[in-house]
Amino acid sequence: MFLVKPHGGEITESLASFSEREGLCAEAREMPQAALDENLLKDVENLAYGVFSPLQGFMGRAELEGVLEHMRLPSDLPWTIPILLPVDEKLDVKEGDSVALTFNGSPVAIMEISEKYSFPKEEIASRTFGTADPAHPGVKGVMEGSGTFIGGKVELIAEPRGEFEKYALRPKETRILFREKGWRQVVGFQTRNVPHIGHEYVQKTALTFVDGLFINPVIGKKKPGDFRDEVILDTYDALIRNYYLKDRAVMAILKTRMRYAGPREAVFHAIVRKNFGCTHFIVGRDHAGVGSYYGPYEAQDIFEQFPDLGITPLFFRSFSYCNKCGSIVNEKICPHPKEFHRNFSGTRMRESLSKGEKPEGMMRDEVFEVIKKYEKPFVE
Amino acid sequence: MSEEKKYTTVSIPVPLYNKVKDNIRETGFTSVSDYVTYVLRELMAESKGEAKDEFSKEDEEKVKERLRSLGYLD
Repeated sequence: MFLVKPHGGEITESLASFSEREGLCAEAREMPQAALDENLLKDVENLAYGVFSPLQGFMGRAELEGVLEHMRLPSDLPWTIPILLPVDEKLDVKEGDSVALTFNGSPVAIMEISEKYSFPKEEIASRTFGTADPAHPGVKGVMEGSGTFIGGKVELIAEPRGEFEKYALRPKETRILFREKGWRQVVGFQTRNVPHIGHEYVQKTALTFVDGLFINPVIGKKKPGDFRDEVILDTYDALIRNYYLKDRAVMAILKTRMRYAGPREAVFHAIVRKNFGCTHFIVGRDHAGVGSYYGPYEAQDIFEQFPDLGITPLFFRSFSYCNKCGSIVNEKICPHPKEFHRNFSGTRMRESLSKGEKPEGMMRDEVFEVIKKYEKPFVE
Repeated sequence: MSEEKKYTTVSIPVPLYNKVKDNIRETGFTSVSDYVTYVLRELMAESKGEAKDEFSKEDEEKVKERLRSLGYLD
C-alpha cells in the first residue's frame, strides 16, 4: 500500500535513542543554553518528529531569504513560513558549536549551530504577514522578539509531555494509521474552532470523494476570543462519535501556534498535512486570517503558485443554510437569493454561546452540550 | 545568496520560445522563464510519485500498539 510522499521525499525525524538520552542531557547541561518558550518548544518537537519535514532544524539566512523572497527553500521546495530561533544577541556561540535548548530550565534538545545571524525583523514581519502593522498578532510577535537568530539541526533528547497526549500523533504514526485503515486518499481539515454544521458539511462533502478524513486542530497559543484547546477537542470528539463513521474519520492534534499569516499559512498548513499523509487539504474562506488583513480568497489563490506542492487543495468559497432548498448549500448549487440564506457567522455563534444559548440552526445538540459544560470556553 | 547562484540559463528552440511568448499573453505569467519554471516544477512534482513503506517491522509494531492503546485502531 502506497501513501503520498512526505514533503521533500522522507519524514526527517531527529530523536536521540532512549539509551543515549540520559548521557546527552548531562552533556547538554554543560553547553551554552538557549531558553525556549512554549511556542518554540512546539517548533522543536515538530522539527524532531518530522512534522516540518524536510526541515531538520531552525532556518539559517539562506533558507530565510528563500522563504521570504520566493516562498521556497534553497532546494526549490515550496515553504512559506519562516521557522526561526531568535536568541539574545549576546549568546556567545558560533558555527560548529552545540547549544542546549532548554524549557523551564531543563534541556530538551541539542542544536548544532550552522550559523548565527542578524536579520531585520521588519522585513521578516512584512514579508510573512503582508503587513507591518504592529496590531497584527503575527507582526507583534516578530517585533517583540530578538533580531538575532541561530540556525542549525536539532535533536530531541527529552520528549516533553504536554496536555492532550492521547491526540498527539507523529507523521510516522498517522501514516501507519491511514494505511491500516486502508485509506489511500485522505483529506486534511485544519481548525481552530468548535465545529458547526457548516464545517461538518464541508468535511463530509470532501470525504465523499476520498477514503478518510483527518481532523487536525491546531493546539497552541491563540488570540483572545478564540476557543480554548480543550473545548475544541471535546466538541470534535462528540461530533465524530455521533455523526461520523469510525472507519472514515480520525482526529489528532497539530501542536503549533496560529501565526495568522493568511495565504502563506494556508500553504504551510497544507505542507504539514502532506507530511501527516494527507493527499488533499481543505482551504476555506480567509484561511488563517485575522481582522481584514487578507482578502477572503487570497489563501486559495496563492496555491496557483505551487504546481509542485504535492497535496491537492480543495477550495470551499462559501456555504449557508438555504430555507428554500432545506439544506446546506454553496454558491455553485443553490439558485435562491440571499434572503433565503442563513450564514454560519462565527461572530453570531460566539455571541450566542457567550450567553449560554445554542446558536440556532448552526450547531449539533451534542456539540452544544459539551460547550455548556465549560464555564469559560474562550481564550481570555 | 547571490543572484548568479539562484538562476541559470537553459536553451530552448527559438520557435518554441516565440510560441510560449505568444501563448502567455494576458495570463498571469510575466515572462517565458516564469512559465517554463512553472511547467517544470509541475512535471518534477509528478515524477516524484508515492512513498513506499519506510518502517522496520519492529517500529511498525510499536506504533500499532500505541495506536491501539489510544483507541485509533481496534
